[in-house]
Amino acid sequence: MASGERDVSEVALKGASAPAAVSASRAAVLRRLRLTDSIFHGLTRGASLAVLALLSGVIIALIYGAAPALSTFGFGFLFDESWNPVTERFGALAPIFGTLVTSFIAMLIAVPVGLMVAFFLTELCPKMLRRPIGIAIELLAGIPSIIYGIWGLFVFAPFMQEHVQPLFIDTFANVPILSTLFAGPPYGIGMFTAGLILAIMVLPFVTSISRDVFDAVPPVLKEAAYGVGCTTWEVFRYVVLPFTRVGVIGGFMLGLGRALGETMAVTFVIGNAHHISASLFAPGTTISASIANEFTEAVGDLYTSSLVALGLILFFITFCVLAIARYLLMRLQQQGGR
Amino acid sequence: MATTASKTAALDSPLYAGRRRRNAIAKGLAFAATIFGLGWLILILGVLIYKGVGGLSLAVFTENTPPPGAAGGLLNAIMGSIIMTVLAVIIGTPIGILAGTYLAEYGRHDKLSSVVRFINDILLSAPSIVIGLFVYEILVAPMGHFSGWAGAVALAVIVIPVVVRTTEDMLTLVPDTLREAAASIGLPRAHMIVRIAYRAAQAGIVTGILLAIARISGETAPLLFTALNNQFFSLDMGAPMPSLPVVIFQFALSPYAEWQKLAWTGALLITVTVLGLSILARSLTSARKS
Repeated sequence: MASGERDVSEVALKGASAPAAVSASRAAVLRRLRLTDSIFHGLTRGASLAVLALLSGVIIALIYGAAPALSTFGFGFLFDESWNPVTERFGALAPIFGTLVTSFIAMLIAVPVGLMVAFFLTELCPKMLRRPIGIAIELLAGIPSIIYGIWGLFVFAPFMQEHVQPLFIDTFANVPILSTLFAGPPYGIGMFTAGLILAIMVLPFVTSISRDVFDAVPPVLKEAAYGVGCTTWEVFRYVVLPFTRVGVIGGFMLGLGRALGETMAVTFVIGNAHHISASLFAPGTTISASIANEFTEAVGDLYTSSLVALGLILFFITFCVLAIARYLLMRLQQQGGR
Repeated sequence: MATTASKTAALDSPLYAGRRRRNAIAKGLAFAATIFGLGWLILILGVLIYKGVGGLSLAVFTENTPPPGAAGGLLNAIMGSIIMTVLAVIIGTPIGILAGTYLAEYGRHDKLSSVVRFINDILLSAPSIVIGLFVYEILVAPMGHFSGWAGAVALAVIVIPVVVRTTEDMLTLVPDTLREAAASIGLPRAHMIVRIAYRAAQAGIVTGILLAIARISGETAPLLFTALNNQFFSLDMGAPMPSLPVVIFQFALSPYAEWQKLAWTGALLITVTVLGLSILARSLTSARKS
C-alpha cells in the first residue's frame, strides 16, 4: 500500500519532464490522485460529523430512555423528593440536591487552594522544581476515580468518623447555623466526606488551568508592577488575577463540570440515601451515585427510565457548565492570539 | 544623608510593614497549599502501595476471581480489561485521528470545525456514567443482554474525543512551511497529510492514544451497565465480561476480607498502569520538544 502510493506520487512529481508517451498514463495517475484525495477528505469530514452524531446520539438516546418517566411524572420529577421503587414513585430532588451540595463543597475548597498552588508554581517556585511539582499535581488528576473511591471508603471515611467529624460536631454545637450543618452521628460516609474527596479530585484541574493562564500573562505587565514597588502578592492580586479573570473562571467551570459528573469516588462514600438532610454529615446521594448503585438492580421500566431521566438531568447540567467554561476559555484564546 | 533617613523612615512605616506582612502571609499560604496538594498524592499512593503490595503474588495473574471466602486472583478481570481496552482503541482511534485531521488540515477555519471542536470539548469532559447510559440504550437494551461489545463501545466513545483533541493539537504544531513545500511540488493534500504531516506529528499522536488508554483503563462507570461483570474467565464478546475496575468496585464494597484484599491489589495494578502510561506519554512529547 505504502510503496504503491510512493510510485504514484513519484510519477506525479516528475511532472512536465515526462515524455509524451506516458502522458496518457499520467492523466490516469492524476485522476487517481484526485480520487484518493477526495476520498480522504470525505473520510475525515465523515469522522468529524461522527463526533457531532455522537453527541446528538447521546442526547437522543437519553431523551428516549427518559421519556416514560418524564411523561409519568412531568416537571414534578425535578421537585419531588420521594424515591420509592415499591410504589414506583420517583423524584429527582434528593440526587440533584446531593450533586449540587457535594460539588459546592468541592469547589469551596479546591478553588482557593488551586489558585494558591498556581500562584506558588508561577511566581514563587524555584525554576528547577516547577516542572516536577507541576507533573506531580497533574498525576493527581490522572489517578482513576475508583482509586479515590476505595481510598475514601477504607482510609478517609474512618479517619473522618473518628477524628474530624466529632471535632466539628463538638466545636460548632452551640453556633446557630453551623450546629445544623454539622449535626448528627458521625457516620464517616456522607455528603461532607464526598465533597472533600471531590475537592481533592478537582484540585489538579483548577491548578493546571490556572497555572497555564497565569503563564500567559505578558511579563511586561508584571515587570511594570514590580517597577512601581509592588510586592509579589500585590502583583498577583492586582495584575495577574484581573488580567486572567476569564480564563480562571473557565478553569473553575471545567473543574465544576468534573465534580458534578464524578461517579465512582462519590458512590463509595456518599451512603446512597434518597433523603435531603440539613446536616452535611448525613448520608445522601448524587445523580451519578444513584445511577451507578441502582441501575443494574432496577426492576420495572419506570424505575430504569427514572434513572435514565436522572442521567439526562446530569447531562444537561454539565453540558451548560462545560459550555460556559469552553466559551470563556475560547474567548481568552482569541484575545491571546491578537 | 537626609534622604537616606527619610527612606528608612518610609520603610519602617506601618503601611509598608503591613504590605510586607501580607506578602509573607500569602507566600506562606501558597507554599502550604502546594504541600497540601502534593500531600494527598503521596498519601494516596502510599496507602495504595501499603495495602496493595501485600496481595501481589503470581496467583493474582494466574487465577480467576474467587467466590466469597476463597483465595484467588484477578486473571479474568485483567484479561477482560485488556480485551475491551484494545477493542475500544481499535474502534475509537481511527475515527479520532480522522476527525482531528479534518479539524487541523481541511477545515481549520470553517464553521463545521468550530462546532465539532466545541462538541468534542464537551464530550471530552462529559460524565462517563452518562456515556454508559447512552451505550446501554443503543446496544444493551436492543440486544437484551450485557456484553463485552457494549463495554468496548462505551470505552471507545471516551477514546474518540481524547484522540481528536491531541491529533488536532499536534497537527497544528506542524509548521505550515512543510505543507507549502509539499503543495509546491504538486503533492495532493491527502498525500501531504499522510506522508508529511502525520510523520511530523507522529510522537504527539501516539501520546494522545496513550493518554486515551490511560484514561479508559481506570474507567468504571461506563462499564457498570454495559459489560457488567463475570465471575468466570470469558473471551466471548457477546456475553458479560469482567473488568478490573468493576471487580474492584464489587469486591471493595463486599464484606469479605479476601475480596477487599484483591480489590486493593487490583487498585494498585490499575494505578501503576495509568501513571506509567501517562509518564510514558509525557516523556514522548517532551523528548520531541527538545
